[in-house]
Amino acid sequence: MKRVRFPEGAKIPAVAVLIMIAALLPQVLNQYWIAVCVSVGLGALLSLSLNVILGQAGIFNMGHAAFYAVGAYVTAVLNTRLQIPVLWLLPAAGAAAGLCALLVARPIIHLRGDYLLIVTIGIVEIVRIALINDVGGLTGGANGIFGIARPEIFGVRIRRDIQFYYLIWGAVGLTVLLFSRLNRSRVGRALSCIKEDDIAAEGCGIDVARCKLLAFVLGASWAGMAGTLFAARMTIISPGSFTFWDSVLLFAAVILGGGSQAGVILGAFLVFGLPEIFRDFASARMLIFGLALMVMMVIRPQGILPPGSRRYDTGFLSRRERAAGDGRT
Amino acid sequence: MDQFFQQLINGLAVGGIYALVALGYTMVYGVLKLINFAHGDLFTIGAYLGMTLFVGMGLAGKAPVLVSVLLVALMVMGLVALLGRLLERAAYRPLRKAGRLSAVVSALGASIFFQNAVMLIWGGKYEVYPETMRPSVILSLFGMGVPLIRLIIIGVSVLLMLALYWFIDRTRTGTAIRAVAIDQSAARLMGINVDRIISLVFCIGPGLGGVAGMMVGLSYGQIDFNMGFSYGLKAFTAAVLGGIGNIPGAMLGGLLLGLIETLGAAYLTIAWKDALSFLVLILILIIRPTGILGERTAEKL
Repeated sequence: MKRVRFPEGAKIPAVAVLIMIAALLPQVLNQYWIAVCVSVGLGALLSLSLNVILGQAGIFNMGHAAFYAVGAYVTAVLNTRLQIPVLWLLPAAGAAAGLCALLVARPIIHLRGDYLLIVTIGIVEIVRIALINDVGGLTGGANGIFGIARPEIFGVRIRRDIQFYYLIWGAVGLTVLLFSRLNRSRVGRALSCIKEDDIAAEGCGIDVARCKLLAFVLGASWAGMAGTLFAARMTIISPGSFTFWDSVLLFAAVILGGGSQAGVILGAFLVFGLPEIFRDFASARMLIFGLALMVMMVIRPQGILPPGSRRYDTGFLSRRERAAGDGRT
Repeated sequence: MDQFFQQLINGLAVGGIYALVALGYTMVYGVLKLINFAHGDLFTIGAYLGMTLFVGMGLAGKAPVLVSVLLVALMVMGLVALLGRLLERAAYRPLRKAGRLSAVVSALGASIFFQNAVMLIWGGKYEVYPETMRPSVILSLFGMGVPLIRLIIIGVSVLLMLALYWFIDRTRTGTAIRAVAIDQSAARLMGINVDRIISLVFCIGPGLGGVAGMMVGLSYGQIDFNMGFSYGLKAFTAAVLGGIGNIPGAMLGGLLLGLIETLGAAYLTIAWKDALSFLVLILILIIRPTGILGERTAEKL
């Protein structure tokens, strides 16, 4: 079957136009919609990090908010107690979340999908309850932690939503860039292979457990760093922001988006932005959101933008070899 | 000792409710390999329907309480079963050939939809079950006060479970359900109408769940639109604990979870009550990944 392809050359201008639009958008939006866009940006960041785990490696993780919480709380505690600047805490938050993920996932990574799903749900609930119970007197119980400092970049204190817009969407851009590199790497290919068929992957000599663990820890530490940005923006964090429900929305964003990076960002828009657009329906907005989720899945089960098949550089082959290859696929 | 006995009864009553809800999860998982996230909300709808029907039909004082409650319970069962069947038609059947995760997201959508529908219809506040509906007799058993309603709940849930077990184990239709759970295409070749069996499972599961929701209202007196979430999560945990897809497993898991939770809250720590059940679950899955009664199956070879 002949596939319709975008001409390769059109991709770069298209991305450039998107970046231009993203950069100019806050100039035309009012305060409220800028704030919505910031939340969507955080959602997109988290969804992208979950996509490494769920979309690329195919590990069912419905407890992503737990790692987000670890990052946010590490940032908040270190910032309020030791006055370390917020953005300096990005690596610490990432490392803490990654370490948690490693400890948690090590014994369970070999479990079948649905068991992993329930275990991750269990973890997010345990983390939430631990935060409410004020573990070690550090987390501030149900009230959480307040008075987190604003981040500073090159002496500019970031406090307005429009500044956060650029900070967070900049982080999204960087994430897309890094994760698409990852996707094209040896590990990325191994993960795709595992997702399709882990027994075949094992047979190809891929260390399945190690690769899965790597994806899990990477996604989790990325969520931890997103937690730092969240803490910096809100200046107040409490256990209510990191519930099972938040994990569910992230899960929905990834599946709805289909697993490609552009799709996942679109999914984050739908999941975190759509309820805002339905705000005119007031109390019925979540009802409509639920309905929309069902309808969208029924209409497009594979997600809005599933990742295309991998394309490899075949420049080193002769024309005849390339033609033969195309005929086969 | 007194306290222990009381907690045992409380634990069994909660466990019975968990078990009834867990049966819905496990049966659906058995035939479709789908985690029906909307099941907890069907349970909530059962609780609300029970209250509304009882008040709406003005049953208070007309007939003996037990008779009218039984009547309402049967109606709730039927209505929630119908709803479950509609849900399967609308949200899951079109996705049967698609990936499993799409169906999960559709189920999440259905859950959000039902939860908000309940909130819009009945309001976002607590609702209180009418006192006339709740037998408030306190029996004295071995010198201890035990609320009659707890014993009734234990009795009814055990009865329903036994009936279901008999149905699945002994009848022709039950055999067909088991066959579909094992291998859908082989079952179809044997002349089983797979679609009908799946519809039936989506009637039995929600029907039992709806009754369980009503029992929560009868037992604790208070219900809210959000209750399906925590009960659903616990019940699902129970289903995994016992071995998901396994019907006796769900019963055992539910009762066990109820006991662990109640006794843990009484003797260990109340603040960590909810975390305790998940901790037990994680430990069991690490030691025995298929759950307590689950059989080891080769996934893909």
